[in-house]
Amino acid sequence: MLGGYWDSVAIFVGINVLMGMSLYIPMAAGLISLGQGGFMAIGAYTSAMLTKEGFSLALALPAGAGLAALAGLIVGAPALRVRGIYLMILTLGFGEIVRVFFLNFEPTGGATGLGGIPPLSQLHWVVLACAVAIFIAWRLRGARLGRAMIAIHEDDVAAEAMGIRLVTVKLFAFALGAGLAGVAGVFYAHQALYIDANQFDFSRSALTFLYVVLGGPANPLGPVAGAALVTLLPEFLRVVADWRMTFFGALLVAFAIWRPDGLLPAPRFK
Amino acid sequence: MTTLLQVTRLTRRFGGYTALADVGCDVTAGTIHALIGPNGAGKTTLFNIVSGVLRPTAGALVYEGRDYTGARADQVFAMGIARNFQQVRLFKGLSVVENVMVGCHARMGGLLRDLANLALPKPATEAAARRRALEMLELVGMGSRTKGLPQELTLVDQRRLEIARALASTPKLLLLDEPAAGMNPTEVRELASLVRRIVALGITVLLVEHHMRFVMAIADTITVLSAGRVIAQGPPDVIQKDEGVIAAYLGAAQ
Repeated sequence: MLGGYWDSVAIFVGINVLMGMSLYIPMAAGLISLGQGGFMAIGAYTSAMLTKEGFSLALALPAGAGLAALAGLIVGAPALRVRGIYLMILTLGFGEIVRVFFLNFEPTGGATGLGGIPPLSQLHWVVLACAVAIFIAWRLRGARLGRAMIAIHEDDVAAEAMGIRLVTVKLFAFALGAGLAGVAGVFYAHQALYIDANQFDFSRSALTFLYVVLGGPANPLGPVAGAALVTLLPEFLRVVADWRMTFFGALLVAFAIWRPDGLLPAPRFK
Repeated sequence: MTTLLQVTRLTRRFGGYTALADVGCDVTAGTIHALIGPNGAGKTTLFNIVSGVLRPTAGALVYEGRDYTGARADQVFAMGIARNFQQVRLFKGLSVVENVMVGCHARMGGLLRDLANLALPKPATEAAARRRALEMLELVGMGSRTKGLPQELTLVDQRRLEIARALASTPKLLLLDEPAAGMNPTEVRELASLVRRIVALGITVLLVEHHMRFVMAIADTITVLSAGRVIAQGPPDVIQKDEGVIAAYLGAAQ
């Protein structure tokens, strides 16, 4: 569509947009996760193992997303008893557990990684997945569930006193986010064609956090802008590519001072 | 005269401090029941227990003949008990109307309905909730201030908005924690007429208030708490003459 190189860049932007959306949704309910890389890994490995066995992507994609969402439910149930910074530490721990698991799990390649994954990530499917994720996030903002998420984010005592079941809403947001990270993982595996545990390390989760915070955590299109910026800037500016983490670290500090709401501020809803 | 809410031998301790000791109180359906007492008497603690925000150490809560002691706040709300907060607690990320719509949530179906609604362009439950929210804003006298964010409102309007949010769920019992705090005499009069309109809708009101003229004017029954105990209970004219109450507020004559 765009020619080899740009096609590949566009797919990686799409994958990162999906990662951004995967964190945007739980963050709308006030749940900050630093373990999205772990859910991405589960999606990537599940799908890669299936397609290497000859199953089609139509089966591998829901399997990868489903298993990641299931992991989200399992981690979420105990994790949601803690808040704020403690939840961040807990999810960070989860991400590390997943990484170390795949590093040592021989059936999926262990430390040598998993190669020979069929190239099945086509740009139009990635774009469609992003569109669906953005559509869900946008529709949620104007619906009961999304309002409940924002209410919990703002004041969980008042939210519960207004009849909102905290556990249900938080688990839904967390599992939906995990599932989206799983989808990103599936596309990643079939684009990178070789995966190993260290591709899903803490810096992956930290970058995901960056997409949302830079883009605008209160706007459904914020993570799209954030992911596009962080992914494309190094492609255009050589300097940024060489100093990637330093540059984005400085950018994050600058945003915290001058643009705390991110690139795109919260849309006004009537 | 049926009893809507029955509080029996309620005790709540925070560590070694007893905030409520053996508190008993019956709220009759269709009345305005006021809870008064000096600062630290345990009024807000009692509210928090009745609304499920706190659990009692001992004692029982019965609503419409059903024991609900230990229920979570969202379950208590679903039974028909709604509340406001002394320190206003609105949802800052949501617009004024959306804040009230949150009050309708309990009657908008469950998770499956939510997921089905995501695919519909204009879900019927959303439109109904918005209509209901606008009606409630009209009822509390905010019909012209439905747009914008809650933090852009005056404190008095924020209090009215909290009442609208609580009413949106069509509760049978409304708990009002110091609704008149920070209001000028005109606003207090408007509040009194609002509370009377709410009772006229068939909603029972239990309120905590320090504004004595307001309480004496609208309450049918008053329960007086002091240091975590009930020291008097009865209609306003009886309470005003009660020596124990006068002593608790002004100190006993030596």
